[in-house]
Amino acid sequence: MTVRLRALCSVALAAAVLFAGPASAADTVKVGLLSTLSGPGAGLGVDIRDGFALGLQHSGGTLGGLKTELVIADDQANPEAARQTTERLLKRDKVDFMTGVVFSNVMLAVGQPIFQSKTPYISTNAGPSQYAGEQCNPYFFNVAWQNDNLHEAVGKTVKDKGYKKLALLAPNYPAGKDALTGFKRFYNGPVALEIYTPLSQLDFGAELSQIRASGADALYIFMPGGLGVNFIKQFVGAGLNKDMVLFGPGFSADEDVIRAVGEPMLGMFNTSQWAHDLPNAANKRFVADFQKAYGRMPTLYASQGYDAARLLDAAVRDVKGNLDNKDALLKAIKTARFDSVRGAFKFNTNQFPIQDYHLRTIVKDSQGRLTNKTVGTVFKNHADAYVGQCAMR
Amino acid sequence: MLVEQLLNGLQLGLMLFLLAAGLTLVFGIMDMINLAHGSLYMVGAYLIATLSAATGSWGLGLLLGVLSTAALAVVLELSVLRRLYQRDHLSQVLGTFAILLMCNEAVRMIWGPQPIALNPPEALSGPVEIVPGLMYPSYRLFIIGVGLLVALLLFVLVTRTRVGMQVRAGAANREMALAMGVNVQRLFTGVFAFGAALCAIAGGMLGPLLSVQVGMGENILILAFVVIVIGGIGSIRGALMGALLVGFVDTAGRTLLPIALAWALPAQWASQAGPAVASVLIYVLMAAVLFWKPRGLFPARG
Repeated sequence: MTVRLRALCSVALAAAVLFAGPASAADTVKVGLLSTLSGPGAGLGVDIRDGFALGLQHSGGTLGGLKTELVIADDQANPEAARQTTERLLKRDKVDFMTGVVFSNVMLAVGQPIFQSKTPYISTNAGPSQYAGEQCNPYFFNVAWQNDNLHEAVGKTVKDKGYKKLALLAPNYPAGKDALTGFKRFYNGPVALEIYTPLSQLDFGAELSQIRASGADALYIFMPGGLGVNFIKQFVGAGLNKDMVLFGPGFSADEDVIRAVGEPMLGMFNTSQWAHDLPNAANKRFVADFQKAYGRMPTLYASQGYDAARLLDAAVRDVKGNLDNKDALLKAIKTARFDSVRGAFKFNTNQFPIQDYHLRTIVKDSQGRLTNKTVGTVFKNHADAYVGQCAMR
Repeated sequence: MLVEQLLNGLQLGLMLFLLAAGLTLVFGIMDMINLAHGSLYMVGAYLIATLSAATGSWGLGLLLGVLSTAALAVVLELSVLRRLYQRDHLSQVLGTFAILLMCNEAVRMIWGPQPIALNPPEALSGPVEIVPGLMYPSYRLFIIGVGLLVALLLFVLVTRTRVGMQVRAGAANREMALAMGVNVQRLFTGVFAFGAALCAIAGGMLGPLLSVQVGMGENILILAFVVIVIGGIGSIRGALMGALLVGFVDTAGRTLLPIALAWALPAQWASQAGPAVASVLIYVLMAAVLFWKPRGLFPARG
């Protein structure tokens, strides 16, 4: 190829890029998945990513029939790094949707640039009270829960079961305090002991001695990720499981924690909006295919990632691939009909879910596997406590 | 409850000692800042977890894991660290920090990002009644036993053997030891491997209690550095005292401080201030020691 010809080609290529412009109906969709893929919280992000990828695969690699490109990025659970990566996804990659963030502090850091760029965001995990209440935004949708919800469900369970003397344990950071606030919204009985530990603390010997001395009959823990693994092992090692019943939100007792802790988890109660044994057809397909594809049991995080992909598939189909009319697109996401793996699902006016919350306990199933079993429903069509503060209607 | 908390402090202190002993020797004798010390602890825990699962025996896994970690340390010392001894501390920090990052990535590639399970032997999984009415986890008691045994062994090794004499000589005055004909290269490799073995023992002991995951080494490395600063660099006795002090102060801070604050302050403030003050208490201790005894409590060098 001569130099001149090559130059001509570059000009033609540049022109093609410059003048391509926005078409009325896009022929491809770009989704930016920003999640925690490194560090101790990586297991959560990996499950969201894999769940989303499986959802995409179940709609033939497309969203609403449009070929879909998934741009995956790591937020390192670090708000500042996440913000830079978000700018890159929005400005360089020009994604049409964003999703994937695990931690609420990261979510609060990246929300503003996403909303300003008018990119719809589907939250697969983080549900900070700010975005459910006063700072609710038409571009923010949560397909998981509001942060307080799972804790509220445990609070109600503990109260209904008639426990009278409770010990509470959570890490000393905003979500830890929110967790116990949510718990106490539905449990109004006496609290024998309330402990906050540093988020980096992994040895709970001193706290276990205090809990034993308090004489509590039930213990509620919000211990995300590796903290839960440690605490439960040590709790059983101290023999406290014979003196009191252990409760936690689904995060402290899902398949990732069970895999790491093993037998000591038996009998622990926890709450979740999803469970792998929920008997709907969509869920059976999801659980079976997830195991086939990745060789492990899915967690609630994976179910949330999967549902996000299914939701987007339905929404893009409803607008017939026209992603430029934002009002129509937002309306389509809000009213999208898809078969959620959790069963009944709909968005409230603040675009957070109205859904059921279930009580699960950890058992050995018929194949001898240690896993969660759904034993009841705590809340039917439960909404969050902040929807009244949201001005969006 | 007080006895229980004392045991908790002792257990934490002894495990910190295992980590700090290796670190203080490497620092004291080779004048080498080794940020990758925590990585050896992590790799040790991973190897022990894997080998325990493979052999089906926790004890055998521990033994093989400790030996293979020591072997890995020898390779590391011969191939990379040896080149860093003559360089300044900044190069050592950068070099060993690079090793730390590479170890983390390698572990993530081999074992995946999720924590892996290492469970204590069945016999030690429950609590024991030490005296009537006082229950204590048998595994923690076992850790205390192992910690005391290793500390005793180390004491005999350092104070009663020829190798120990060379180690002490190296820590007290390296040039003089060199001049007296100590084979420093071999000594360095040996000390480094020994430090790594102690790390692996700590990793194997704490693995079932904490979790075996990427990045587990960094948290505990900071505490180990605090210990050797308090105890005095290069001193085994200082490392033991420093570790026990940190263990007790940390445990007391977490349990007694909130109670004391609750008595002195309104409940709202106490619940806010308690955890915050408790988490900085050992650093306050370190600052106080540095103020009155800038060389640590038991400095090795005269």
